[in-house]
Amino acid sequence: MEFRILKHPILKIEEREDIPFYFNGEKLYGKRGDTIAAALFANGIKVFGHHYKDHSPQGLFCANGQCDQCKVIANGKTVKSCMTLLEPNMKIYSLEGLPDLPDFDKMPTFGQLKEYEYTVLIVGGGPAGLAAAKELAKRHVKTLIVDDKHKLGGKLILQTHKFFGSVDACYAGTRGTEIAEIMEKDVREQESIDIWLGSTVVWVFSDKKVGILKDGKEYVLVKPDILLVASGAREKFLAFEGNTLPGVYGAGALQTLINRDHVRPSEKIFVIGGGNVGLIAAYHALQANIDVVGLCEIMPEVGGYLVHKEKLLKLGVPVYTSHTVLKAEGKEHVERVIIAKVDDKFRPIKGTEKVIECDTLLVAVGLEPINEFAEKAKQFGMKVYVAGDAEEIAEASSAIFSGRIRGLEILKELGLYEGEIPEEFYKTQKILGSRPGKKIHEVKVPEEKKGVYPVINCVQEIPCNPCEVVCPKDAIKIGEPITNVPEYVTGCIGCEICVAKCPGLAITLVDWRKGEPIVSVPFEFEPSLYFKVGDMVDVTDREGHLLGKAEVVYIRNRTVSKGTRIVKLKADRDIAEKIAGIRIREPYEPKKIEEEMDIIPDDAIVCRCERVTAGEIRKLIREGVRDMNEIKALTRAGMGACGGKTCTSLIKRIFREEGIEDFEEFTKRPLYIEVPVSKLSNLKEKNDE
Amino acid sequence: MNRYDFVIIGAGSVGVPLAYYLSLTGATVLVIEKKKSVGQGSNKAAIGGIRATHSNPAKIIVGKKSLEIFENWQKKHNIEWYRGGYSFLAYDKDTEKELRELVKFQQSVGLEIDYLERDALLEKIPSLNQYNLRGGTFSPKDGSASPLLTINSFYREAKKNKVVFLFDTEVVGFNVSDGSIKEVKTNKQTLKGDIVINASGGWANKVQSLLGEEIPVMPDVHEAGITEPVKHFLDPMLVDIRKTEDSANFYFYQHKTGQIIFCLTPKRPRLGFDVSETSSFLPIATRRMVSLVPRLVNIRVRRTWAGMYPMTPDGNPLVGFSKKIKNLFIASGMCGQGFMLAPGLAYYLAQYFKENKEEEELKIIFKEFDPYRAFGKEEKLK
Ligand SMILES: Cc1cc2nc3c(=O)[nH]c(=O)nc-3n(C[C@H](O)[C@H](O)[C@H](O)COP(=O)(O)OP(=O)(O)OC[C@H]3O[C@@H](n4cnc5c(N)ncnc54)[C@H](O)[C@@H]3O)c2cc1C
Ligand SMILES: Cc1cc2nc3c(=O)[nH]c(=O)nc-3n(C[C@H](O)[C@H](O)[C@H](O)COP(=O)(O)OP(=O)(O)OC[C@H]3O[C@@H](n4cnc5c(N)ncnc54)[C@H](O)[C@@H]3O)c2cc1C
Ligand code: FES
Repeated sequence: MEFRILKHPILKIEEREDIPFYFNGEKLYGKRGDTIAAALFANGIKVFGHHYKDHSPQGLFCANGQCDQCKVIANGKTVKSCMTLLEPNMKIYSLEGLPDLPDFDKMPTFGQLKEYEYTVLIVGGGPAGLAAAKELAKRHVKTLIVDDKHKLGGKLILQTHKFFGSVDACYAGTRGTEIAEIMEKDVREQESIDIWLGSTVVWVFSDKKVGILKDGKEYVLVKPDILLVASGAREKFLAFEGNTLPGVYGAGALQTLINRDHVRPSEKIFVIGGGNVGLIAAYHALQANIDVVGLCEIMPEVGGYLVHKEKLLKLGVPVYTSHTVLKAEGKEHVERVIIAKVDDKFRPIKGTEKVIECDTLLVAVGLEPINEFAEKAKQFGMKVYVAGDAEEIAEASSAIFSGRIRGLEILKELGLYEGEIPEEFYKTQKILGSRPGKKIHEVKVPEEKKGVYPVINCVQEIPCNPCEVVCPKDAIKIGEPITNVPEYVTGCIGCEICVAKCPGLAITLVDWRKGEPIVSVPFEFEPSLYFKVGDMVDVTDREGHLLGKAEVVYIRNRTVSKGTRIVKLKADRDIAEKIAGIRIREPYEPKKIEEEMDIIPDDAIVCRCERVTAGEIRKLIREGVRDMNEIKALTRAGMGACGGKTCTSLIKRIFREEGIEDFEEFTKRPLYIEVPVSKLSNLKEKNDE
Repeated sequence: MNRYDFVIIGAGSVGVPLAYYLSLTGATVLVIEKKKSVGQGSNKAAIGGIRATHSNPAKIIVGKKSLEIFENWQKKHNIEWYRGGYSFLAYDKDTEKELRELVKFQQSVGLEIDYLERDALLEKIPSLNQYNLRGGTFSPKDGSASPLLTINSFYREAKKNKVVFLFDTEVVGFNVSDGSIKEVKTNKQTLKGDIVINASGGWANKVQSLLGEEIPVMPDVHEAGITEPVKHFLDPMLVDIRKTEDSANFYFYQHKTGQIIFCLTPKRPRLGFDVSETSSFLPIATRRMVSLVPRLVNIRVRRTWAGMYPMTPDGNPLVGFSKKIKNLFIASGMCGQGFMLAPGLAYYLAQYFKENKEEEELKIIFKEFDPYRAFGKEEKLK
């Protein structure tokens, strides 16, 4: 199996230099720029060690520096493999149990602890942080952007698809990766902005100083006049049996591996969670030539945009609504998952269990704001603003806009913005962040079957308007607010720009001008893998139902939207308008299993770091414990390396499941990540670059 | 029940073991705690050091008893008790002199402690920084345990013995007549007890003030931290009593489960109830840590916190009846040693309340810890 992505329908895969490294003594090769985790995955290595408590296998989980499951020993030191770049000839060992602390036989000497002053410190260089920085630069405000990744753009750099939202406000219709480049350029050009990448904010202290591990190398303090927290979100987790097996990881982790690292980590994945994140991650997997064997969602309908779900259905990926996962199974890695239907109280129904063979289980059950810095700053009386996902989980479009607004608000606070910030801005942000509407509209097609016109399979109210904006003939109308469903008015000239630009891939063009209908369908995969001109392909309607076969007559790449191919199909008259996509995989019915399962997941791990089960926590709650700190004291849940980032929300959920709303939450204490003593003490390390 | 033999204010390091030992005597006990669960005051801030090698005779008595209790307790409850010993290090002449004198005294009262010369000490603690090292004390019987698990196990045992705990309940006043407390008023209800024990730690003076009396307990904030766990390589608890330009005492040890836990005394006392984290703590503490054990440069700090020492002017606890209120007993001012002293102290106090007579040990305890003593000079190595 090839573990690298060599060709991708959207991404440009650059040649990178091979660099040798050793894993448990074996010589292997990675690429320059790889993280250790990426290099290991690219060599098919997915088990990074075994937990010191129960010796269960561990591997990559969040790929975002948030958890601590991917630790390995690199050149003698314990590091997070997802955040540490591979170095030539690095000696990497799996972490088996507790690490041995390496010797240090020099006399320790220390450098100076540096302190910096900035007018504004922005935590996070994602769309929100960058948009704010751009506003601040207009008035030359001395600003520092700090991001723990090695690239600017935050989650945008994982988004290979075209964005929704408004073209004016936030680059809708452009791919996330491209938006990141545009926004990065905007701030790089500014003299008043300093950027520290690979630099993690580790805490906000009561003396209003912010501790930062600069470039992973030097611990420094920054004293800002104003703090802008734009640190984004972290993924939530789910308690089920087998949830710590390597191969169970977050949707963001998959996107990081494939879209940033260009690694192909798996052959077959199953996805839990039908929010946008899960739906999109599944789509990205397919683009990386990974088979998606299905996606399940516990609610009766997915929470993400219908168009995202339909992208999957059209390609032939089954979406199981009202289903949840019971269990992931496998010896050292995921080999299969078991899902089941749920009743109206979300309890699994016995007898509906199905087995799904896969090697990876993506968990995409929601995001939660990374808001600890904002909370601390408020507690300590700092001037603090919050933007983007750190403020409220929404779309990147709304993150961009909220960043802009916070930027203006800060300017106002500094006396550099005259007048009021337009009400309109707040309204726009709200619209961009709005949830999809409940009502499902009908697809409208012209009465007369002649000429050429678009069929707009966009039936849900979502904030999105590229089709209206790009049409050179103003033939599509959305109006205000942009959550309206688009309507074809009249005047189509068949230019196909709307087909190529629609982020939902929801527009086709039906052309009757030559008599028999020709349908133009957007397609974001490498066509040669699936068909060529002259082939008959399976075509489906909007919801993925098979309509029959159609002949491919033309394939073209549109410069208006790089990566989106337009495939022209010669189709029967009666299905032409219904055709919404081309199926590339065969959906199949999974096997039922005989044995019935115990559905209360008492064995499910809640605290991954400390391997604490749901059963242990439930027992304490039933005994009357009402303080999460007491649970922590007794079980160590929350005391792990991640500092409760993963288990806090799960424990809160168990409280609620037990019918308890009034309980004390974990006290939050430094540090955000584990920081080596050598850094905190500003140790002078000669041999350390 | 509407009347208890004892009402204890504070479910902390002192209050909980005390409730347990009192319950063993057959007394009825009520514990009132303002936080939502046990040990959420200073107890959870303690780093877990336990020793008998003090210089005050009462502390030595209590400390010895505590060590015995911790060791036995571990047999039934996992409290992560570990006998790693203690070592006070001498990197300069003055400290060496001070420690030698102290050891002489400690040996004279039968404590198992030695002053080891440089090489002998290095044999025991090979990871020590050798540069300028002169020697240090070594007391193998001392150790450590988890304050979190310890208090919880006492709590659970006390509950089995019918001790009643009221959480999320704050003592806000008292009804006093004829010089005795008739009722204890909380933010939720009014309660009655024959003897009321002020075990409210750093808040002790606040509680006492409700009765119009002042006691010299001042909350003094210290910060502490813990690292990731690594394979065990470091014994015993190391104590560095040198004053540097920015801090005073510094001590740390490797816990039974592998983490290094450390605590720093700031140069100037940080008085008050504000236990928020400062940016200066980690840079200072980590420098001191690696200066003593260079190998620790490679370990990663996981978490830090701050808590209060309930300080007294001489560094010794306040234990005894109030002179103003007849049925009010004070058990507070534990300074930096409340966790290690509490079980032993609770044991002796329960004896005292049960038999109402003072054995030799209790006489010393009540004399040395007398809340109304003249506060002379500070105890060495508090
Ligand atoms: C998996 C996934 C898929 C998504 N898909 C879409 C989509 O298709 N369309 C869409 O519109 N939106 C999508 N979103 C949402 C969108 O990406 C976010 O709303 C948007 O990126 C939020 O922007 P932000 O600037 O607030 O945060 P982010 O983009 O997350 O940027 C925050 C940055 O801060 C950094 N950071 C965090 N903590 C620290 C620290 N302590 N020190 C230093 N740096 C730190 C992070 O590493 C990150 O680089 C998706 C989100 C996720 C997670
Ligand atoms: C960083 C640090 C490290 C330490 N390390 C050690 C160590 O290694 N070994 C050691 O022995 N000691 C150590 N200590 C000291 C130890 O923590 C304290 O001496 C001890 O916890 C004090 O116990 P206490 O019961 O008096 O107070 P606490 O444990 O604070 O208990 C008092 C309780 O009373 C409650 N209370 C207060 N007022 C009221 C009211 N009005 N109504 C109801 N309830 C009230 C409080 O909420 C609290 O729970 C350390 C302390 C700190 C801060
Ligand atoms: S999952 Fe990391 S502390 Fe619980």
